[in-house]
Amino acid sequence: MPKNGFTEKYSRQIKLPEVGSAGQEKLGNAKILIVGMGGLGCPAAQYLAAAGVGTLGLMDHDHVNLSNLHRQILYRESDVGKLKGEVAKTALRKLNPDVNLISIPERLDNNNALALFEKFDLIIDGSDNFQTKYLINDAAVLTDKPWIYASIYKYQGQLSVFNYESGPTYRCLFPTTTNQNVSCEEVGVIGVLPGVLGTLQATEAIKMILNAGSVISGKLKIIDLLTNQDQLIKLQKNAEQVEKVKSRGLKPEIIECELASADKLYLDVREPYEEPRPQNSNIISIPLNQLKARHHEIPKDRQVHVFCQHGIRSKNAIEYLSDNFGFTNLVNVEDGIQSILKEETHA
Amino acid sequence: MKITIKYFGVIAEEAGKTEEVLELDSDDIDVEFLKDHCFSKYSLSDTKSIQVAVNQNMGASGPLQDGDEVAFLPPFSGG
Repeated sequence: MPKNGFTEKYSRQIKLPEVGSAGQEKLGNAKILIVGMGGLGCPAAQYLAAAGVGTLGLMDHDHVNLSNLHRQILYRESDVGKLKGEVAKTALRKLNPDVNLISIPERLDNNNALALFEKFDLIIDGSDNFQTKYLINDAAVLTDKPWIYASIYKYQGQLSVFNYESGPTYRCLFPTTTNQNVSCEEVGVIGVLPGVLGTLQATEAIKMILNAGSVISGKLKIIDLLTNQDQLIKLQKNAEQVEKVKSRGLKPEIIECELASADKLYLDVREPYEEPRPQNSNIISIPLNQLKARHHEIPKDRQVHVFCQHGIRSKNAIEYLSDNFGFTNLVNVEDGIQSILKEETHA
Repeated sequence: MKITIKYFGVIAEEAGKTEEVLELDSDDIDVEFLKDHCFSKYSLSDTKSIQVAVNQNMGASGPLQDGDEVAFLPPFSGG
Protein backbone atom coordinates (compact mmCIF):
# COMPACT_ATOMS: atom_id res chain seq x y z
CA MET A 1 0.00 0.00 0.00
CA PRO A 2 1.30 3.46 -0.84
CA LYS A 3 2.53 5.31 2.23
CA ASN A 4 1.25 8.63 3.47
CA GLY A 5 2.04 11.51 1.14
CA PHE A 6 2.95 9.06 -1.63
CA THR A 7 0.90 10.73 -4.34
CA GLU A 8 2.07 14.21 -3.39
CA LYS A 9 5.73 13.18 -3.22
CA TYR A 10 5.75 11.89 -6.76
CA SER A 11 2.99 14.13 -8.14
CA ARG A 12 5.18 16.00 -10.62
CA GLN A 13 6.35 12.84 -12.34
CA ILE A 14 3.03 10.99 -12.01
CA LYS A 15 1.58 13.87 -14.09
CA LEU A 16 3.68 12.70 -17.04
CA PRO A 17 1.76 10.32 -19.30
CA GLU A 18 4.81 8.01 -19.47
CA VAL A 19 4.74 7.64 -15.67
CA GLY A 20 1.24 7.87 -14.21
CA SER A 21 0.21 5.85 -11.15
CA ALA A 22 1.03 2.59 -12.93
CA GLY A 23 4.53 3.81 -13.76
CA GLN A 24 5.08 4.98 -10.21
CA GLU A 25 4.15 1.52 -9.03
CA LYS A 26 6.65 0.00 -11.47
CA LEU A 27 9.36 2.27 -10.06
CA GLY A 28 8.37 1.23 -6.56
CA ASN A 29 8.78 -2.44 -7.48
CA ALA A 30 12.12 -2.00 -9.26
CA LYS A 31 15.41 -3.27 -7.83
CA ILE A 32 18.59 -1.61 -9.06
CA LEU A 33 22.16 -2.46 -8.15
CA ILE A 34 24.76 0.31 -8.39
CA VAL A 35 28.29 -1.10 -8.62
CA GLY A 36 30.61 1.64 -7.37
CA MET A 37 29.35 4.58 -5.31
CA GLY A 38 31.78 7.13 -6.72
CA GLY A 39 31.31 10.01 -9.14
CA LEU A 40 28.79 8.11 -11.29
CA GLY A 41 27.06 6.17 -8.52
CA CYS A 42 26.31 9.19 -6.29
CA PRO A 43 24.11 11.20 -8.67
CA ALA A 44 22.52 8.04 -10.11
CA ALA A 45 21.55 6.87 -6.62
CA GLN A 46 20.20 10.29 -5.65
CA TYR A 47 17.86 10.62 -8.61
CA LEU A 48 16.73 7.00 -8.40
CA ALA A 49 15.99 7.30 -4.69
CA ALA A 50 14.17 10.58 -5.27
CA ALA A 51 12.13 8.99 -8.07
CA GLY A 52 10.93 6.31 -5.67
CA VAL A 53 12.77 3.25 -6.98
CA GLY A 54 11.86 0.43 -4.60
CA THR A 55 15.24 -1.11 -3.85
CA LEU A 56 18.74 0.29 -4.37
CA GLY A 57 21.86 -1.81 -3.83
CA LEU A 58 24.79 0.49 -3.03
CA MET A 59 27.96 -1.47 -3.64
CA ASP A 60 31.39 -0.11 -2.74
CA HIS A 61 34.23 -1.51 -0.65
CA ASP A 62 35.96 1.87 -0.44
CA HIS A 63 36.01 4.69 2.08
CA VAL A 64 35.32 8.38 1.47
CA ASN A 65 38.45 10.33 0.66
CA LEU A 66 38.82 14.12 0.76
CA SER A 67 39.76 14.17 -2.94
CA ASN A 68 36.44 12.43 -3.79
CA LEU A 69 34.26 15.30 -2.63
CA HIS A 70 34.47 17.52 -5.73
CA ARG A 71 32.53 14.93 -7.71
CA GLN A 72 31.03 12.37 -5.29
CA ILE A 73 28.30 14.67 -4.15
CA LEU A 74 26.57 12.47 -1.57
CA TYR A 75 29.53 12.82 0.78
CA ARG A 76 30.52 15.59 3.20
CA GLU A 77 33.91 16.47 4.69
CA SER A 78 32.75 14.92 7.96
CA ASP A 79 32.30 11.58 6.10
CA VAL A 80 35.99 11.21 5.19
CA GLY A 81 37.21 7.76 6.23
CA LYS A 82 33.73 6.20 6.40
CA LEU A 83 32.43 3.45 4.09
CA LYS A 84 30.85 4.99 1.00
CA GLY A 85 27.86 2.63 0.89
CA GLU A 86 27.01 3.32 4.54
CA VAL A 87 27.28 7.10 4.16
CA ALA A 88 25.22 6.96 0.97
CA LYS A 89 22.58 4.86 2.70
CA THR A 90 22.23 7.36 5.55
CA ALA A 91 22.02 10.34 3.17
CA LEU A 92 19.56 8.66 0.81
CA ARG A 93 17.33 7.51 3.67
CA LYS A 94 16.85 11.17 4.61
CA LEU A 95 16.03 11.97 0.99
CA ASN A 96 13.43 9.22 0.67
CA PRO A 97 12.64 6.85 3.56
CA ASP A 98 10.39 4.76 1.27
CA VAL A 99 13.36 3.27 -0.57
CA ASN A 100 14.84 -0.01 0.59
CA LEU A 101 18.56 0.80 0.71
CA ILE A 102 21.13 -1.98 0.90
CA SER A 103 24.78 -1.15 1.50
CA ILE A 104 27.12 -3.81 0.10
CA PRO A 105 30.65 -3.06 1.37
CA GLU A 106 32.38 -5.51 -0.98
CA ARG A 107 34.31 -5.43 -4.21
CA LEU A 108 32.48 -7.09 -7.11
CA ASP A 109 34.33 -10.31 -7.91
CA ASN A 110 33.88 -13.67 -9.61
CA ASN A 111 32.53 -15.21 -6.41
CA ASN A 112 29.81 -12.71 -5.51
CA ALA A 113 28.73 -11.27 -8.89
CA LEU A 114 26.20 -13.83 -10.14
CA ALA A 115 24.28 -14.34 -6.88
CA LEU A 116 24.16 -10.59 -6.37
CA PHE A 117 22.98 -9.74 -9.90
CA GLU A 118 20.18 -12.34 -9.58
CA LYS A 119 18.61 -10.22 -6.82
CA PHE A 120 18.25 -7.11 -9.01
CA ASP A 121 16.43 -6.13 -12.21
CA LEU A 122 19.19 -4.03 -13.70
CA ILE A 123 22.72 -2.95 -12.94
CA ILE A 124 24.29 0.50 -13.08
CA ASP A 125 28.03 0.61 -13.71
CA GLY A 126 29.67 3.13 -11.42
CA SER A 127 33.02 1.35 -11.53
CA ASP A 128 36.36 2.96 -12.29
CA ASN A 129 38.38 0.15 -13.85
CA PHE A 130 38.26 -2.15 -16.87
CA GLN A 131 38.40 -5.36 -14.86
CA THR A 132 35.13 -4.52 -13.10
CA LYS A 133 33.48 -3.32 -16.33
CA TYR A 134 34.21 -6.64 -18.06
CA LEU A 135 33.05 -8.52 -14.97
CA ILE A 136 29.78 -6.54 -14.86
CA ASN A 137 29.31 -7.32 -18.54
CA ASP A 138 29.92 -11.05 -18.19
CA ALA A 139 27.84 -11.44 -15.03
CA ALA A 140 25.01 -9.44 -16.70
CA VAL A 141 25.13 -11.72 -19.76
CA LEU A 142 25.12 -14.85 -17.58
CA THR A 143 22.22 -13.67 -15.41
CA ASP A 144 20.38 -12.09 -18.37
CA LYS A 145 20.25 -8.59 -16.85
CA PRO A 146 20.60 -5.32 -18.75
CA TRP A 147 23.27 -2.92 -17.48
CA ILE A 148 23.89 0.77 -17.92
CA TYR A 149 27.47 1.59 -18.76
CA ALA A 150 29.26 4.87 -18.27
CA SER A 151 32.91 5.79 -18.23
CA ILE A 152 34.70 9.08 -17.92
CA TYR A 153 37.98 10.65 -18.93
CA LYS A 154 38.84 14.24 -17.94
CA TYR A 155 35.99 16.10 -19.75
CA GLN A 156 34.68 13.22 -21.90
CA GLY A 157 32.19 10.52 -21.13
CA GLN A 158 30.78 7.38 -22.76
CA LEU A 159 27.27 6.04 -22.16
CA SER A 160 25.41 2.97 -23.39
CA VAL A 161 22.98 0.29 -22.26
CA PHE A 162 24.29 -3.23 -22.78
CA ASN A 163 22.65 -6.64 -22.88
CA TYR A 164 19.21 -5.03 -23.19
CA GLU A 165 16.67 -7.17 -25.03
CA SER A 166 19.46 -9.19 -26.69
CA GLY A 167 21.27 -6.03 -27.79
CA PRO A 168 25.03 -5.52 -28.02
CA THR A 169 27.29 -6.02 -24.98
CA TYR A 170 30.41 -4.25 -23.75
CA ARG A 171 32.56 -6.94 -25.35
CA CYS A 172 30.85 -6.25 -28.70
CA LEU A 173 32.12 -2.66 -28.39
CA PHE A 174 35.54 -3.36 -26.88
CA PRO A 175 36.44 -7.01 -27.62
CA THR A 176 40.11 -6.51 -26.81
CA THR A 177 40.58 -6.19 -23.08
CA THR A 178 43.10 -3.71 -21.85
CA ASN A 179 44.78 -3.22 -18.51
CA GLN A 180 45.62 0.41 -19.18
CA ASN A 181 43.35 1.76 -16.47
CA VAL A 182 43.45 5.52 -16.38
CA SER A 183 42.00 6.70 -13.10
CA CYS A 184 40.57 10.08 -12.18
CA GLU A 185 43.22 10.17 -9.44
CA GLU A 186 45.92 10.00 -12.06
CA VAL A 187 44.76 12.26 -14.90
CA GLY A 188 42.21 14.46 -13.19
CA VAL A 189 38.52 14.90 -13.93
CA ILE A 190 36.10 17.81 -13.92
CA GLY A 191 33.63 17.26 -11.08
CA VAL A 192 30.44 17.76 -13.09
CA LEU A 193 31.39 15.11 -15.69
CA PRO A 194 30.36 12.05 -13.64
CA GLY A 195 27.39 14.13 -12.50
CA VAL A 196 26.20 14.42 -16.10
CA LEU A 197 26.91 10.77 -16.93
CA GLY A 198 25.52 9.35 -13.67
CA THR A 199 22.34 11.39 -14.15
CA LEU A 200 22.00 10.02 -17.69
CA GLN A 201 22.44 6.50 -16.29
CA ALA A 202 19.58 7.15 -13.84
CA THR A 203 17.48 8.50 -16.74
CA GLU A 204 18.03 5.34 -18.79
CA ALA A 205 17.19 3.20 -15.75
CA ILE A 206 13.90 5.05 -15.22
CA LYS A 207 13.00 4.72 -18.93
CA MET A 208 13.77 1.00 -18.86
CA ILE A 209 11.57 0.47 -15.81
CA LEU A 210 8.73 2.52 -17.34
CA ASN A 211 9.23 1.08 -20.80
CA ALA A 212 9.18 4.69 -22.04
CA GLY A 213 10.91 6.33 -25.00
CA SER A 214 13.94 4.70 -26.54
CA VAL A 215 16.75 3.21 -24.51
CA ILE A 216 20.34 3.88 -25.57
CA SER A 217 20.95 0.24 -26.48
CA GLY A 218 22.95 -0.47 -29.65
CA LYS A 219 24.33 3.06 -29.47
CA LEU A 220 27.27 4.69 -27.76
CA LYS A 221 26.86 8.29 -26.68
CA ILE A 222 30.05 10.27 -26.36
CA ILE A 223 29.93 13.55 -24.51
CA ASP A 224 32.67 16.16 -24.50
CA LEU A 225 31.98 18.88 -21.97
CA LEU A 226 34.99 20.90 -23.09
CA THR A 227 34.12 21.19 -26.79
CA ASN A 228 30.37 20.42 -26.70
CA GLN A 229 30.95 18.05 -29.61
CA ASP A 230 28.80 15.05 -28.82
CA GLN A 231 28.56 11.87 -30.87
CA LEU A 232 26.03 9.08 -31.13
CA ILE A 233 27.60 5.98 -32.64
CA LYS A 234 25.74 2.87 -33.75
CA LEU A 235 26.95 -0.44 -32.32
CA GLN A 236 26.63 -3.92 -33.76
CA LYS A 237 26.11 -7.05 -31.73
CA ASN A 238 28.94 -9.54 -31.97
CA ALA A 239 27.19 -12.84 -31.26
CA GLU A 240 30.51 -14.66 -30.99
CA GLN A 241 31.59 -12.46 -28.06
CA VAL A 242 28.30 -13.09 -26.26
CA GLU A 243 28.44 -16.86 -26.83
CA LYS A 244 32.01 -16.97 -25.55
CA VAL A 245 30.92 -15.47 -22.24
CA LYS A 246 27.95 -17.85 -22.01
CA SER A 247 30.07 -20.93 -22.61
CA ARG A 248 33.01 -20.11 -20.36
CA GLY A 249 31.25 -18.33 -17.48
CA LEU A 250 33.10 -15.90 -15.23
CA LYS A 251 36.80 -16.22 -15.56
CA PRO A 252 39.43 -13.83 -14.29
CA GLU A 253 41.55 -12.47 -17.08
CA ILE A 254 44.91 -12.83 -15.50
CA ILE A 255 47.69 -11.36 -17.50
CA GLU A 256 50.78 -13.27 -16.47
CA CYS A 257 53.94 -11.28 -16.34
CA GLU A 258 57.26 -11.00 -14.59
CA LEU A 259 59.65 -8.22 -13.72
CA ALA A 260 62.84 -7.89 -15.74
CA SER A 261 64.95 -7.59 -12.61
CA ALA A 262 64.68 -10.05 -9.72
CA ASP A 263 67.39 -8.28 -7.66
CA LYS A 264 66.02 -4.77 -7.27
CA LEU A 265 63.44 -4.06 -4.59
CA TYR A 266 60.18 -2.50 -5.82
CA LEU A 267 57.28 -0.65 -4.22
CA ASP A 268 53.98 -0.90 -6.12
CA VAL A 269 51.66 1.99 -5.13
CA ARG A 270 48.80 0.95 -7.42
CA GLU A 271 45.38 -0.24 -6.23
CA PRO A 272 45.08 -4.04 -5.81
CA TYR A 273 42.85 -4.41 -8.88
CA GLU A 274 45.23 -2.69 -11.28
CA GLU A 275 46.91 -4.92 -13.83
CA PRO A 276 49.28 -6.36 -14.86
CA ARG A 277 50.42 -7.80 -11.54
CA PRO A 278 53.87 -9.33 -11.69
CA GLN A 279 54.24 -12.38 -9.48
CA ASN A 280 57.73 -11.58 -8.20
CA SER A 281 58.61 -11.69 -4.51
CA ASN A 282 60.73 -8.51 -4.67
CA ILE A 283 57.65 -6.27 -4.74
CA ILE A 284 56.03 -4.56 -1.77
CA SER A 285 52.44 -3.55 -2.61
CA ILE A 286 51.02 -0.57 -0.74
CA PRO A 287 48.31 1.49 -2.49
CA LEU A 288 48.86 5.25 -2.40
CA ASN A 289 46.19 5.97 0.20
CA GLN A 290 47.61 3.37 2.62
CA LEU A 291 51.16 4.76 2.67
CA LYS A 292 50.48 6.82 5.78
CA ALA A 293 49.50 3.73 7.76
CA ARG A 294 51.98 1.27 6.23
CA HIS A 295 55.13 3.28 5.44
CA HIS A 296 57.07 1.29 8.07
CA GLU A 297 56.86 -1.77 5.77
CA ILE A 298 59.24 -0.03 3.35
CA PRO A 299 62.94 -0.53 4.14
CA LYS A 300 65.12 2.57 4.45
CA ASP A 301 68.51 0.86 4.20
CA ARG A 302 68.47 -0.03 0.50
CA GLN A 303 67.32 1.48 -2.78
CA VAL A 304 63.61 0.98 -3.48
CA HIS A 305 62.19 1.51 -6.98
CA VAL A 306 58.65 2.91 -6.80
CA PHE A 307 56.20 2.24 -9.63
CA CYS A 308 52.58 2.69 -10.63
CA GLN A 309 50.84 2.51 -14.02
CA HIS A 310 52.46 5.51 -15.72
CA GLY A 311 54.93 7.01 -13.23
CA ILE A 312 52.81 9.88 -11.91
CA ARG A 313 51.40 8.42 -8.71
CA SER A 314 54.77 6.85 -7.88
CA LYS A 315 56.38 10.31 -8.17
CA ASN A 316 53.78 11.70 -5.76
CA ALA A 317 54.33 8.74 -3.43
CA ILE A 318 58.06 9.44 -3.28
CA GLU A 319 57.45 13.13 -2.51
CA TYR A 320 55.01 12.21 0.21
CA LEU A 321 57.25 9.57 1.80
CA SER A 322 60.34 11.80 1.65
CA ASP A 323 58.58 14.87 3.07
CA ASN A 324 56.69 13.12 5.82
CA PHE A 325 58.72 10.10 6.83
CA GLY A 326 62.29 10.97 5.86
CA PHE A 327 62.82 8.46 3.08
CA THR A 328 65.95 9.17 1.00
CA ASN A 329 66.29 5.81 -0.76
CA LEU A 330 63.34 5.95 -3.20
CA VAL A 331 63.73 6.04 -6.99
CA ASN A 332 60.84 6.67 -9.38
CA VAL A 333 60.14 4.27 -12.26
CA GLU A 334 59.31 7.13 -14.61
CA ASP A 335 57.60 5.21 -17.41
CA GLY A 336 55.47 3.00 -15.18
CA ILE A 337 55.12 -0.74 -14.87
CA GLN A 338 55.38 -1.61 -18.57
CA SER A 339 58.99 -0.36 -18.59
CA ILE A 340 60.15 -2.81 -15.90
CA LEU A 341 58.44 -5.96 -17.18
CA LYS A 342 60.29 -8.74 -18.91
CA GLU A 343 60.12 -8.11 -22.66
CA GLU A 344 58.07 -11.18 -23.59
CA THR A 345 55.56 -10.62 -20.79
CA HIS A 346 54.53 -7.13 -21.86
CA ALA A 347 50.78 -7.09 -21.67
CA MET B 1 39.75 12.29 -51.25
CA LYS B 2 38.87 14.15 -48.08
CA ILE B 3 38.40 12.32 -44.78
CA THR B 4 37.45 13.95 -41.47
CA ILE B 5 39.08 12.29 -38.48
CA LYS B 6 38.00 12.62 -34.86
CA TYR B 7 40.19 11.66 -31.93
CA PHE B 8 38.89 10.94 -28.42
CA GLY B 9 40.32 10.53 -24.93
CA VAL B 10 44.00 9.94 -24.51
CA ILE B 11 44.63 9.61 -28.25
CA ALA B 12 43.32 13.15 -28.83
CA GLU B 13 46.00 14.32 -26.43
CA GLU B 14 48.68 12.25 -28.10
CA ALA B 15 47.64 13.55 -31.52
CA GLY B 16 47.41 17.08 -30.13
CA LYS B 17 44.00 17.59 -31.73
CA THR B 18 40.41 16.40 -31.51
CA GLU B 19 39.70 16.69 -35.21
CA GLU B 20 41.43 17.08 -38.56
CA VAL B 21 40.61 16.86 -42.25
CA LEU B 22 43.01 14.74 -44.30
CA GLU B 23 43.41 15.28 -48.05
CA LEU B 24 44.59 11.96 -49.49
CA ASP B 25 45.98 11.58 -52.99
CA SER B 26 44.63 8.11 -53.53
CA ASP B 27 40.93 7.23 -53.85
CA ASP B 28 41.72 3.69 -52.78
CA ILE B 29 42.00 3.99 -49.00
CA ASP B 30 40.53 1.58 -46.49
CA VAL B 31 39.90 1.90 -42.75
CA GLU B 32 42.89 -0.24 -41.82
CA PHE B 33 45.28 1.84 -43.94
CA LEU B 34 43.97 5.09 -42.47
CA LYS B 35 44.30 3.76 -38.91
CA ASP B 36 47.91 2.71 -39.53
CA HIS B 37 48.62 6.05 -41.20
CA CYS B 38 47.24 8.16 -38.34
CA PHE B 39 48.64 5.99 -35.58
CA SER B 40 52.17 6.06 -36.94
CA LYS B 41 51.92 9.77 -37.79
CA TYR B 42 51.28 10.67 -34.15
CA SER B 43 52.87 7.58 -32.52
CA LEU B 44 49.53 6.78 -30.87
CA SER B 45 49.57 4.12 -28.19
CA ASP B 46 47.49 1.05 -27.33
CA THR B 47 46.26 0.38 -30.85
CA LYS B 48 44.62 -2.94 -29.99
CA SER B 49 41.76 -1.66 -27.87
CA ILE B 50 41.02 1.43 -30.00
CA GLN B 51 37.76 1.09 -31.93
CA VAL B 52 37.03 2.79 -35.24
CA ALA B 53 33.69 4.25 -36.28
CA VAL B 54 32.97 5.38 -39.84
CA ASN B 55 30.09 7.83 -40.25
CA GLN B 56 28.94 7.03 -36.69
CA ASN B 57 28.97 3.27 -37.28
CA MET B 58 31.23 1.34 -34.95
CA GLY B 59 33.42 -1.47 -36.19
CA ALA B 60 33.28 -0.43 -39.85
CA SER B 61 36.02 -1.76 -42.14
CA GLY B 62 36.92 -1.79 -45.81
CA PRO B 63 37.16 1.04 -48.37
CA LEU B 64 36.46 4.66 -47.45
CA GLN B 65 34.52 7.18 -49.55
CA ASP B 66 35.25 10.85 -50.12
CA GLY B 67 33.73 12.88 -47.27
CA ASP B 68 33.66 10.02 -44.73
CA GLU B 69 34.03 10.81 -41.05
CA VAL B 70 36.26 8.43 -39.13
CA ALA B 71 36.39 8.38 -35.30
CA PHE B 72 39.09 6.70 -33.20
CA LEU B 73 37.71 5.72 -29.81
CA PRO B 74 39.65 4.37 -26.88
CA PRO B 75 37.83 2.75 -23.95
CA PHE B 76 37.59 4.93 -20.81
CA SER B 77 37.98 3.42 -17.39
CA GLY B 78 37.13 6.30 -15.05
CA GLY B 79 34.08 6.40 -12.84
